[in-house]
Amino acid sequence: MSESVKPSAAAPAVASKEVPPVLDVFLTFLIIGATSFGGAVVAYLRSSLVGKKKWLDDTHFLELMSISNTLPGLNATNMSILVGDRLRGTVGAAAALIGMCLPGFIFMTVAGIMYGENGDRPIVTAMLKGVAAAAVGLISATWFQIGKKSVKGFYDAFFILAAVLAVNHFKVSVPIVLIGVGALAIFTNRPGKQRQKEALSEWISSLR
Amino acid sequence: MDQLPAIARVFGYLSLLTVGGGMAAFPEMKSLVVDVHHWLSYPQLIHVYSVGQMAPGPNMMMVAAVGERVSGLSGAAIAALAFFVPTGLLTFGVGRIWNRLANWPWRTSIQLGLAPVAIGLAVAGTVTLGKGAITNWVTVGVALAVFIGTLRTKINPALLILCGAVVGAIALR
Repeated sequence: MSESVKPSAAAPAVASKEVPPVLDVFLTFLIIGATSFGGAVVAYLRSSLVGKKKWLDDTHFLELMSISNTLPGLNATNMSILVGDRLRGTVGAAAALIGMCLPGFIFMTVAGIMYGENGDRPIVTAMLKGVAAAAVGLISATWFQIGKKSVKGFYDAFFILAAVLAVNHFKVSVPIVLIGVGALAIFTNRPGKQRQKEALSEWISSLR
Repeated sequence: MDQLPAIARVFGYLSLLTVGGGMAAFPEMKSLVVDVHHWLSYPQLIHVYSVGQMAPGPNMMMVAAVGERVSGLSGAAIAALAFFVPTGLLTFGVGRIWNRLANWPWRTSIQLGLAPVAIGLAVAGTVTLGKGAITNWVTVGVALAVFIGTLRTKINPALLILCGAVVGAIALR
């Protein structure tokens, strides 16, 4: 299927001529899945896929990132699927996704078992309180960085604020906010607006 | 075993909310996992979610730990499959037709419109998590230190979170 796609922006990703073996795709994503931490998967993906393996060029990587960001699903898994599909079709997408997920799955399943056995001990609860506070700091920092790069102008700030207030203050459920504020935001950026193309390329380059 | 269909439903549904990242689904996860199904208490969910930030790979693999707590190994597997496969298929399908949508003017509108909404939902999820996790001055200090450490240094974030565990063990008993 992917072989028949005409060369264009998001088509044949392979910068080098030869097609990598499926095992190579699997192992590459397995290594990224085992060594990337704290939501920084995107940086690891870029240095491995664009830098070391040269399976994608940077423009192409960003194009795929922009698809990942627009769709539901995590960047880590969406990127695995998109890159795996472009390298080796359906089998490649599956291999990349499984490789990306396997280490974390084992880690979190073991963590669940250990939590069940030790979660009530006071020292463990105390440590987890520290971990939770640290996680809030880490997640805030991640979104602070993304926001700083990609928020341009009044409407962006308005829609961020609208989503936050709707969920946290007015207790509107997330799917309704996603559909309601999402539709309003899409309409605000409706086709025919002048700067649409530049705005999109600005946003895409902020995903790096 | 009887909980497996509910696990599949809950995590399959939550996965559809993760536009722009997993944090967007946290408020809804709290209401389903804690309030509706009583699988975990709220502090337990916060613990599991936070440990998930130390896991390698996708930072929402904590769904496996919730599944494990509810229904053992099969629960872990079902939670992960339900969370990652449906959105995976969607991405796979849209990825294939993406180029053909290039001349569809709304494609750009959707991308531009959803970008700030995704950030807003992530911030909302972080506020929900923060309300549960930031309970006193020590936790304020830990969160601030990690925030600054992440922005100003290149320290592995998993290590910063481990430091949080050490501070917790000493100061939060």
